[in-house]
Amino acid sequence: MTALVDEELLERAPHDTNLPRVTPHSTAEITSHLRTPHTLWCPGCSNGIVTRALIDAVLTLDLDLDRTCLIAGIGCAGRITAYINWSTVHTAHGRALTVATGAKAADPGLNVIVVMGDGDCVAIGGNHLIHAARRNIDVTAIVFNNSIYGMTGGQMSPTTFEGDLSTTSAYGNVEQAFDICELARAAGATYVARGTSYNYLRLSQLIAGGIAHKGFSFIEAMVACPTYYGRQNGFSDPAEMLKVQKARAVPVAEFDRDGPRLRDRYPVGVLHHAERVEYTAAYADVVRRAGERSRG
Amino acid sequence: MPQPRRLVEGNEAVAEGAIAAGARFFAGYPITPSTEIAEVLSRRLPQVGGHFMQMEDEIASIGAVIGASLAGAKALTATSGPGFSLMQESIGYASMAQVPCVIVDVMRGGPSTGLPTEPSQGDVMQARWGTHGEHSIIALVPSSVAECFTLTVEAFNLSEAYRTPVIVLSDATIGHMREAVALPLPEELRVAARGEPDVAPEDYDEVMSTVDNIMPRPALGSRYAVHVTGLVYDRRRGGVPATGTPAVADGLGRYLREKIYHHQDAICRVEELEMEDAEVAILAYGSVARSAKAAMKWARRQGVKVGLVRPITLWPFPTEAVEHMGDQVRTIIVPEMNLRQIAWEVQAAVAGRAKVVDHGRVDGKLIRPEEIAALIRDEFHYHHFEEMA
Amino acid sequence: MAEPTADDRAATRHEIRLSGSGGQGIILAATLLADAAVASGREVIGTQSYGPEARGGASKAEVIISDDEIDFPEVTAPVITVCLSQEAFDAYAPLTVPGGLVVYDERLVTAQPLVKAQPLEGLRLVGLPFTFLAETELGKAIAANIVMLGALQQLTGVIRADALEDAVRRRLPAKIVELNIRALKLGHDCAAQTERGPAAPRRRRVAAGRTGESGPA
Repeated sequence: MTALVDEELLERAPHDTNLPRVTPHSTAEITSHLRTPHTLWCPGCSNGIVTRALIDAVLTLDLDLDRTCLIAGIGCAGRITAYINWSTVHTAHGRALTVATGAKAADPGLNVIVVMGDGDCVAIGGNHLIHAARRNIDVTAIVFNNSIYGMTGGQMSPTTFEGDLSTTSAYGNVEQAFDICELARAAGATYVARGTSYNYLRLSQLIAGGIAHKGFSFIEAMVACPTYYGRQNGFSDPAEMLKVQKARAVPVAEFDRDGPRLRDRYPVGVLHHAERVEYTAAYADVVRRAGERSRG
Repeated sequence: MPQPRRLVEGNEAVAEGAIAAGARFFAGYPITPSTEIAEVLSRRLPQVGGHFMQMEDEIASIGAVIGASLAGAKALTATSGPGFSLMQESIGYASMAQVPCVIVDVMRGGPSTGLPTEPSQGDVMQARWGTHGEHSIIALVPSSVAECFTLTVEAFNLSEAYRTPVIVLSDATIGHMREAVALPLPEELRVAARGEPDVAPEDYDEVMSTVDNIMPRPALGSRYAVHVTGLVYDRRRGGVPATGTPAVADGLGRYLREKIYHHQDAICRVEELEMEDAEVAILAYGSVARSAKAAMKWARRQGVKVGLVRPITLWPFPTEAVEHMGDQVRTIIVPEMNLRQIAWEVQAAVAGRAKVVDHGRVDGKLIRPEEIAALIRDEFHYHHFEEMA
Repeated sequence: MAEPTADDRAATRHEIRLSGSGGQGIILAATLLADAAVASGREVIGTQSYGPEARGGASKAEVIISDDEIDFPEVTAPVITVCLSQEAFDAYAPLTVPGGLVVYDERLVTAQPLVKAQPLEGLRLVGLPFTFLAETELGKAIAANIVMLGALQQLTGVIRADALEDAVRRRLPAKIVELNIRALKLGHDCAAQTERGPAAPRRRRVAAGRTGESGPA
């Protein structure tokens, strides 16, 4: 049986409840992990907040950065790979988890962090998400969920809520939005969390918890896209969109488990935490048994 | 002292060739007629400390292969037409991002689900141009079980040397055929190692491969910080996106082509038989080359001067060798299990200096020696008729 | 110039087709046959039916054995056809080249109707009780395919008996090797007896299609 949590990593991060306590690093220290001060993210976009939360989480856990890689798909979120100066892979649209799976399987000692957008992760990459979760491979997947396709200019995504306007739902979206966390949990992810870009420290802590967890960790980061989601759906101000996140987010302990997750009310925190044998550990056992059989 | 001769299936030989080439990662999805490659590797890879994965589809399979290769492992996948189509997006990615990997396509009748258990050569152009955008590719075509082994080893060597995806184009006949072969021993093989770039990690951002010095990509998790992307990138600055600079895009695009075509002489392998005095030649590849060889032997027994040219490397197309054929013979017969895909290439290469006779089959049946013999006979009749007139 | 024929392609080329139903061990028999030929230093190619064809009732495996390089890998002119089911006999016996040999399980195949409707000119037809022998002598009907191989070896000489025995020892699990060696011997003896002349009462030779004693090429 493999450990639920990588004890060595957790020891380096003081506990707060059962998650690592994240100490924010200075801006100078954070920016030393960036390749460039320029991004193509719009003013008011929350992607920068989550990027910083990720860097804070990784620095808090004191990961060996030579042994850490960041793998992302295509979309606004995927561009993170061009900005963070660790080893990064900007894959094809929807395929980040497949590349991450191959990298982790080939070198189980790598710390593999995956960043995806909502369309990237659950539309074109949905099949890969459920199978990565099913395998329980030790990868930390972070979805930047802005409920819209930003890079292509504001089309509806699988997390766009019913009634929402987008450039491809001019009369209001008629499709039900995915609850990605429920999807990941049902598919077998052993660590599932949701945080908001409003609550920075908590988000960073949830990411750190996911990285420290041995198994498939899934973190949904609620991010605001004022340019394409906000403008089309009645938000004029990025700050207002963050405040709305605060109003809608309900700590998981206070959320009715059986109640539906709605646009206006959703649980945040660690939503699911389970112990199950991790994929590369299970395969190491296959290698051991195959070796024994071929020898004798 | 080679290994003893034994009965080996084509697909099994591909799997053993991959192990011998140092492949330690396979990801794939079951599909006839390639499945035996996955089955053999699921048993063999863990025996040598490697890793086998059955993925959710072919898209995931090639993605995982790219990930494993980036992490430093020699990696392959195997599929057939429908799966090969699904992989095209990421074959383009591997081409653009210069990720060494091997894709084995055991061709079957198509398009679509087509003829799942019957042979075809319908994917030869897809191997060349299946992914979008200007790119170069290497494709090797085995004609025997022994070549399934040796060309898989060669595919890995080429993919490492030129940092490119390499395609092995087998087919249902070759893949499912069992043949008596003595597979080479490890010490008889040349196996390329991945290696590291010949610069220090801190200088890595400032160097650029040239066509004569293609540096290996350092592995994820090594001391080198790399950025891998499918966007147009600056080859010097650690590969960061440079989509706004046409000159950078142009330089990258031309480099990706030239790093292969500059080495055409080393990459292109062609087998020539009885070409010294040939008046008519057959150009055939893969399983069809076997029928062509039988027809050529028959023709020679009749005293008719027929030769055979068999491209082992199909891409880059061995243009020089085929150009030369245009000066050697008056007619080139191109039998293939598709309708003119390679015949067009031959026609372009000989540029009217020899007549090109194409013969295609798309019914899932291997072209028979008799069919090629009939074309040879027609050619010589025509010749005599001309002389009499 | 004539069209190439099977004879033209290689005088030493033996194309052998084994056919029957799924579960009769047709593919294994072909593998053992091919193995034995490889051990004798000959060129060998083996193919078998795949996919839906293999999953249906019918099973077919083909072996080409030659002293020369084998170019065209498919069987087009079988000189030896083995049929372990009626369906297989009806489909493949008529495809055997003139002068060729058709061996079938006489308890599973009725040769007469087909032979009457479509005389198998120039073929040597040999019916032997493979399944019956396997059942009564070995207590394992499933070994009929190996009994057949023993008979085929005796009838054709296309492979050596010791090479076939070695193939059985190499390919099969140790605990069933001896049983299968006995199966080979059983088939061998049964065929030898048939060839020697008057058939033993339980072995009936169907001669309706016989036009001569010509064996396989």
